[in-house]
Amino acid sequence: MTEKTLSPVDVVVVGSGWAGSIMAKELCEAGLSVVMLERRGRRSTARDGAYPSSLDELEGAVRYKLFQNPADTTVTVRNRMDQEAVPYRRLAAFLPGAGVGGAGLHWTGVHFRATPQDLRLRSHIVERYGRAFIPEGMNLQDYGVTYEELEPFFDRAEKVFGTSGEAYTVGGKATGKGNIFAPDRSDDFPLPPLRDVYTAHLFRQAAAEAGYHPYAMPAANASQPYTNPYGAQMGPCNFCGYCSDYACYMYAKASPNVNIMPALRRHENFTLRSNAHVLKVLLDSTGRKATGVVYQDAEGNHITQPAGLVILAAFQFHNVHLMLLSGIGKAYDPVSNTGTVGRNFTYQNITNSTVWMPPTRSTDQFIGSAGGVAIDDFNCDNFDHGPHGFIGGSPLWVNQAGVKPIAGAKATTPGVPRWGSAWKKAAIDTYRHSFTINAQGSNMAYRDVYLDLDPTWRTSYGQPMLRMTFDWKDNDIRMNRYVIGHLEGIVKALGARDVQYGMREEGKPFDVRAYQTTHLCGGAVMGEDPKTSALNRYLQSWDVPNVFVVGANAFPQGMGYNPTGLVAALAYWSAYHIRTQWLKGNGGPLVTP
Amino acid sequence: MNSRTFPRITPPASLAPRHNTQGKHRRNTGFSALLFCAVALSVHLSAPVFAADSSPVSPSASTPAQPIPATATHAPADPATQDLITKGRYVAAAADCAACHTAPAPGSAPLAGGYPFALPFGTLYASNITPDPAYGIGKWTEAQFVRAIREGVRPDGTSLYPVMPYPSYARMTDADLHALYVYIMHGVQPVAQAPQANTIRWPFSLRFPLTLWRWMFAPSPEAARASAERSFASPELARGAYLVEGPGHCGACHTARGMAMQERALTAQDGPRYLAGGAAVDDWTPPSLRGEPRTGLGAWSEADLTAFLRTGRTTRGSAFGTMEMAVHHGTQYLTDDDLTAMARYLKTLPPADTKEQPWQADSAASRALLSGSRLTQGQKLYLDNCAACHRSTGAGYAPAFPPLAGNPVVMNRAPDSIIHIILHGATLHGTDAAPSAFTMPGFASRLTDAQVAALATFIRQAWGNNAPAVNDMAVTRMRKTLAPPSPHGSPEENPEKNTVTGGAENGIHPPTDAE
Repeated sequence: MTEKTLSPVDVVVVGSGWAGSIMAKELCEAGLSVVMLERRGRRSTARDGAYPSSLDELEGAVRYKLFQNPADTTVTVRNRMDQEAVPYRRLAAFLPGAGVGGAGLHWTGVHFRATPQDLRLRSHIVERYGRAFIPEGMNLQDYGVTYEELEPFFDRAEKVFGTSGEAYTVGGKATGKGNIFAPDRSDDFPLPPLRDVYTAHLFRQAAAEAGYHPYAMPAANASQPYTNPYGAQMGPCNFCGYCSDYACYMYAKASPNVNIMPALRRHENFTLRSNAHVLKVLLDSTGRKATGVVYQDAEGNHITQPAGLVILAAFQFHNVHLMLLSGIGKAYDPVSNTGTVGRNFTYQNITNSTVWMPPTRSTDQFIGSAGGVAIDDFNCDNFDHGPHGFIGGSPLWVNQAGVKPIAGAKATTPGVPRWGSAWKKAAIDTYRHSFTINAQGSNMAYRDVYLDLDPTWRTSYGQPMLRMTFDWKDNDIRMNRYVIGHLEGIVKALGARDVQYGMREEGKPFDVRAYQTTHLCGGAVMGEDPKTSALNRYLQSWDVPNVFVVGANAFPQGMGYNPTGLVAALAYWSAYHIRTQWLKGNGGPLVTP
Repeated sequence: MNSRTFPRITPPASLAPRHNTQGKHRRNTGFSALLFCAVALSVHLSAPVFAADSSPVSPSASTPAQPIPATATHAPADPATQDLITKGRYVAAAADCAACHTAPAPGSAPLAGGYPFALPFGTLYASNITPDPAYGIGKWTEAQFVRAIREGVRPDGTSLYPVMPYPSYARMTDADLHALYVYIMHGVQPVAQAPQANTIRWPFSLRFPLTLWRWMFAPSPEAARASAERSFASPELARGAYLVEGPGHCGACHTARGMAMQERALTAQDGPRYLAGGAAVDDWTPPSLRGEPRTGLGAWSEADLTAFLRTGRTTRGSAFGTMEMAVHHGTQYLTDDDLTAMARYLKTLPPADTKEQPWQADSAASRALLSGSRLTQGQKLYLDNCAACHRSTGAGYAPAFPPLAGNPVVMNRAPDSIIHIILHGATLHGTDAAPSAFTMPGFASRLTDAQVAALATFIRQAWGNNAPAVNDMAVTRMRKTLAPPSPHGSPEENPEKNTVTGGAENGIHPPTDAE
């Protein structure tokens, strides 16, 4: 191993997913020299999305081709503070990506804006229900940025992503379609919604019959060929179902690789280094200024890259991990309730329910996309929470993403053996005639749910692993059960012959062994108070003002919607303020506490 | 010596020089293709795309910006020289120098030579044309440079292989060649590196027969000038003709060649053989650029043509194979006016085949594919391998995925291109105006020769297409002879290299398409 120091650059961007790619593009446009560091390898749609060889479930969804190898780095997990955490050795509950594009390459493409309520959830709850409505131990917070402020950046992200959807109102004018709970938009979606697949169509009809308000889910899967503002081109989605866990061979699923990299790599002032695992951000002697980063290359050399501005844009928990390893901000301590880095770590509260249709209805589950049909009647504060005493909500949807052969064979039916002719019969019946309705709910932040450095376990780089302390809490369990309770009317309207409701159980702890979602949030959240947030409203570290930390780590609590749309909008929002304010200033804080 | 004024007419076959290099190989897959096409491939030269701000932009004084220089050149040139360098870089794009004079391996030094031309009698490697005095052309005077380009004569008096398209370059103006010379000498990084030695076997390694060839087939600069200055309906058409017939050397691939590998027409004046389609080059068949409604450009509008030359992609089809390289390295950098001039000039060329009928859509194939029953082998293969992107209608999702229905290259009488692309796939690189790369995968490992033939036949005869069927033997032959896909044709960067730096490297290479 050797150590080497490179020539300084203006900006180091850590991570090459959506957040990193957006920040790098914006800062290259501003004329800065930008070095992007990606811990794993290069990707190419030509290779990773070759048709038809890339349609390989074993490679993609079982052997996790696009994901992080836990033998390299992983986290440790425990449910409670009195337990000893152990490493997450086999990917299951959540799947952090690796390689250029990051999670933006392996995602499905569900592309929501955040709701106005979600962005100022604490204020909203206090205004409507009073301060006492917030349970003891819940760290309910605002983002410090409003929907109105973010709207142009949501719009920008949708245009870059080539998002398909149906607006409810544009400039205050109703379109006659869309989600009646959706906030107003300055412009329509760049592309019309994806067509409803059959199961989504059934759900749309049944939800309407049950008195709810179905709408086409916004999806960054192009419904038509599309050219984005960077000139990057997309093919149209053909509903093959190989979205999540795969590189899209149709160039139809938005990814940093398809939508940004083609334009980004043409900037002369841009450099991408892959196989560059950042070990820490370097600070000067005051601890108030970053001087660059040190990373380990593929040969094990430690390379110092000096930079005037450091953007942490790795996956949510990697950003938090890097802050803790680098001493950026004060580590959160749940006992004294001080510090902010690691605080407000949240997840997403997903349960899946399965309905079986009559044998005459073929559900064609092999078809899939990021589209689908949803209702928001139980999301956010779209219903009166007063009588129920919990905070949060959950959209319900049919987001049929394509059931592949191995997943189809692994699907179980309650009460049916997992082998033999009875299994075979049930597997065929389930594959042909069932479909899934998801409740993807919010997850609130709690004082004893957090991230810190593990005292015992170390990564292959010799650094302390990040430790997750996470469990489901009463508020979120009751929210989920309340929402699932309302599925019955829809299931009845569907004419289903059988149903299995998936819902959270009291006393059943968080279990990492089954996939739930990769929508991890928080840990280095944005806000208006440096005592409760690690970042200001521009995603700038309160403590080290030439470090910006961009990603879902900034969400004070987990929302019902998928996070990527908000991550992208926050990246554009942050970049805008770096370009228009920070670069013109003295490099100091954009917000004075 | 250079006062020869042969009329540049296609000589009868009997006049072919005895040293005719291709000899008996001429009729096979196109030595011509190899020889000239390769040349014609493309080259390019790129203007720097982004002007990086060279002033420190970071608010931190300790971290000055380190922009990558647009061109890694020597001492800063005075403004007049700088203007000439810029102009010369443009001329180099129009003449597509870089494609042939840069080795295909990723990261190869621009213009340092090494691109291999595999000929039946050995391999020829393009020369180093950087200004290095020992290995490049740094010691050449401008007169020597001009003579090599226009007449194919090196400073030592020996002749260049006509892989170098000097019969076309003969038309280039003094001003363009002066700018090109200044650019090469002052705007290109010298590279002290000898290209690989040619492995041309004796007697083909002898240069003097090439001199005879030159005398017989290459126009004198005077004759070329006179032809270039002939009367046109508008200055724009004159400009288009100059670009197409001169630096663009389109005919090197798109005009058929005679016994001695000479182009059978060098300009529109020479009759309907000019740009009426050539023999395969690197196993890609250059189609007619004349007005045939099915197999030529008859159905293409001027806007289609300019979009194609600018981005390699239109609603009518995408560039692939050697033409893709021509766009990638050359035409994408030309101005709108020049591309329009080229398009308008091409649109003046009447069809060589006056009997060809326009393509008319026929929905029978689409209906058969949609029905899903009683499908032929070709139809089944199409559904399983092609329809995802090119659709059951054959319309594709242009410009991302090009149409097959009504596409002239699909209906070319020669099936080489269609077999080649099915076997090896192709990459359309990103351009400045359309930065996305699209890659069609190859199916060589998935389909047998008979399957490829059945599939190609279906595609060539569906939706109103009417090209001849493809037989298994043609596929078998091509599978054997096809070179492995060129690194130029792949968006993969060198896996050993873990850094991708944006922008035009050395002002010459388009950036990588690695994601």
